[in-house]
Amino acid sequence: MTRQLRLGLFGVSGVGLSALLLWAVAGLHAFGDYHERYGTLLKNVAVSERHTTNVVTSVVFDYRGFDTLGEEFILFASVVGVALLTRDARDERARPRDRLVSDPVGLIGLGLSGALLVIGLYVVAHGPLTPGGGFQGGVVLAGAIAVVYLAGDYRSYRALTPQPAVDFAEGFGAGGFAVVGIASMLLGSAYLHNFGPFGTPGTLASGGSIPMLNLATAIEVTAAFLLLFTEFLEELSVTRLETA
Amino acid sequence: MSYLPYALAVWIFVVGLYGIITSRNLIHLVVCLTLTQSSTYVLLLAIGYVKGATAPVFADVSVGTRAVDPVVQALTLTDIVVSVTVAALLLALAIQVQKRNGTLDPDALTEMSG
Amino acid sequence: MIPLQAMAIALVAFFALALALTHDLVRLTLLSSVYALTLVVLFVVFQAPDVALSELVVGAVAFPLVIVVAIVMQRSG
Repeated sequence: MTRQLRLGLFGVSGVGLSALLLWAVAGLHAFGDYHERYGTLLKNVAVSERHTTNVVTSVVFDYRGFDTLGEEFILFASVVGVALLTRDARDERARPRDRLVSDPVGLIGLGLSGALLVIGLYVVAHGPLTPGGGFQGGVVLAGAIAVVYLAGDYRSYRALTPQPAVDFAEGFGAGGFAVVGIASMLLGSAYLHNFGPFGTPGTLASGGSIPMLNLATAIEVTAAFLLLFTEFLEELSVTRLETA
Repeated sequence: MSYLPYALAVWIFVVGLYGIITSRNLIHLVVCLTLTQSSTYVLLLAIGYVKGATAPVFADVSVGTRAVDPVVQALTLTDIVVSVTVAALLLALAIQVQKRNGTLDPDALTEMSG
Repeated sequence: MIPLQAMAIALVAFFALALALTHDLVRLTLLSSVYALTLVVLFVVFQAPDVALSELVVGAVAFPLVIVVAIVMQRSG
């Protein structure tokens, strides 16, 4: 099928698709006129029931915790897929020999890495209180370690992320989420039902099992992104060595 | 005018599809796929919006103030992080394709071999 | 709808079109980060700070790194 034929076909079908989609969204309520009952109910009861001031986090980890379990395992499965695709027949002795690029960049990277680490831990820990949580903070923490590669050299980055530790952390995070749900079953209620002392809203110790799920998610997301970066960088260095 | 965010979601979706169809490089194709996926985020958040309301975080406002819907935000925020991982998987596949066939042009990769 | 929202919607629409029409890979990386930034502005204006934080972190940290490595792999392979 030539490009012109494909473009012509898209021209026709794209117009038809847009017309159908626009007709579909015209049947929704007007923008700003939201009046569904589930969201309104959750907004009103979440703070008093679960003692968390961030309603979105309590929805992610408690009210719709089962959907988040599914998303965690999508993350896990796709990272395992990347590892399988890129780890098959690589020469383990080949290591790149790049050095520190320049001293100012290294200094800025040092400061940035420390600041990003603190910010990431803050965002993870204050997930149930203010906007944040395991997903966002996990990526920031992975960025804090990736900055070591960007501003330093490959050796120090690899020293910070040994492969068995990252693999274990990722499995631990994903499995930890599932196991906390089982712990709730052992205590006599449904799977992933919230348990534990709820604390006072507005302090770090609040929300029952939400901080535990939050932490498991943060560990898993950090390890997943570090594994992705490491796999891609390994692949890159091997290719460069082969063509050098 | 009150349906403009929904029309934006449809626009992003169709533009992403156009990018996928006219793509000459597999990496550009993966980025356009992510673009198409972002149209669903806009649609979800536009559905949950309440006029004159604030964010559903009650750390500094009292519980009864008008707030937007938290459920659609919960669905969207996990989806964003997961979609990057899926894009990384697709890029790893594209790298393997490049290794075996030497090209990343979708038009040249039409036949299955082996 | 307040004018700030209309402006954010116009920016997102423009950069979505620009992203689909760019074929040069280095520009694509930069444009994807800029598009993520316009999406962050849109999400904040829609009163969704959690989602905005998520998109900001992903668009600044994770996505460009993955694309840049893929591009370098393509150039050297």
